[in-house]
Amino acid sequence: MAILNVNPTRMELTNLKRKLLTARKGHKLLKDKRDELMRQFLDLVKENRELRAKVERGIRDANMHMSLACSTMSEESVAVALMLPSQSMSVEISEKNIMSVKVPEYNPVFRTTQEGSIYSYGFAFTSGDLDYAVKSLYDIMPDMLRLAEVEKTCQLLSAEIEKTRRRVNALEHVMIPDYVDTIKYITMKLDENERSTTARLMKIKDMMLENAHSYK
Amino acid sequence: MHKIAVMGDRDSVSGFACLGLETFFINDKATGERKLKELSNNGYAIIFITEALASELSNEIEKYKDGITPAIILIPGVSGNTGEGMSSVLRSVERAVGSQLLD
Repeated sequence: MAILNVNPTRMELTNLKRKLLTARKGHKLLKDKRDELMRQFLDLVKENRELRAKVERGIRDANMHMSLACSTMSEESVAVALMLPSQSMSVEISEKNIMSVKVPEYNPVFRTTQEGSIYSYGFAFTSGDLDYAVKSLYDIMPDMLRLAEVEKTCQLLSAEIEKTRRRVNALEHVMIPDYVDTIKYITMKLDENERSTTARLMKIKDMMLENAHSYK
Repeated sequence: MHKIAVMGDRDSVSGFACLGLETFFINDKATGERKLKELSNNGYAIIFITEALASELSNEIEKYKDGITPAIILIPGVSGNTGEGMSSVLRSVERAVGSQLLD
């Protein structure tokens, strides 16, 4: 039982009662926020894990072909083939709002839309495995962007959930009990004052009557 | 318009150049830290980074977790999958929930 350091007065009591009401309201709202964030977060984490598994598998395939290409071609010719990309890719970010957490959404922007533009080299002097490697990376790219989006969202949400969780706990286990205890303490103190005033008045009345009429 | 970067050892990232991503060949920790700082200050939206390199830069990467850009995403390198990417997902779950509820 912890009591806040306040004077036991009627004014403090009203203030505290108001604060307790606000704290309870805030606690309820934050709890709802936490639950909703958590629900969305768990859905996203599930998607995140599936996407990650898929992307990792795709990259492993690409790397496998890349290793094959590197083993059949000289290191320089691979480097030359990949040196001047004809495609260029960037993203536009739009912000989405999940329970007042701003999360990014990516929209890819390509310089050219031709599918062949990913092959930045002539086919004459390169191994077919290089084509496979590039193709499988290209195929996995939309998933990689989605993965980036989902994983970033998960990171941002988890930070927000952590914060909200701490706030809910602080309200629930520290602030609200403190207010309740302090209110109880002040009420008891005020009642006690009232009783002692009554007792004192009765005593004075007795003394005055005794003086005036020699009553006992 | 924001660019996408790929960081890691030469063999792991060179393929991404064909897709029009910007690749940076990084072999040691110091250059990695410098490059990561430079890229995130220059408006790169997504930075893909190989797990091997990421494990050396984990302190730096941690700093960018709470900002909206850049998104730093781990990808397996040519030397194989270390599982670091998946466990970073699980870590964010642990951060949110307070305990580990997925296996």
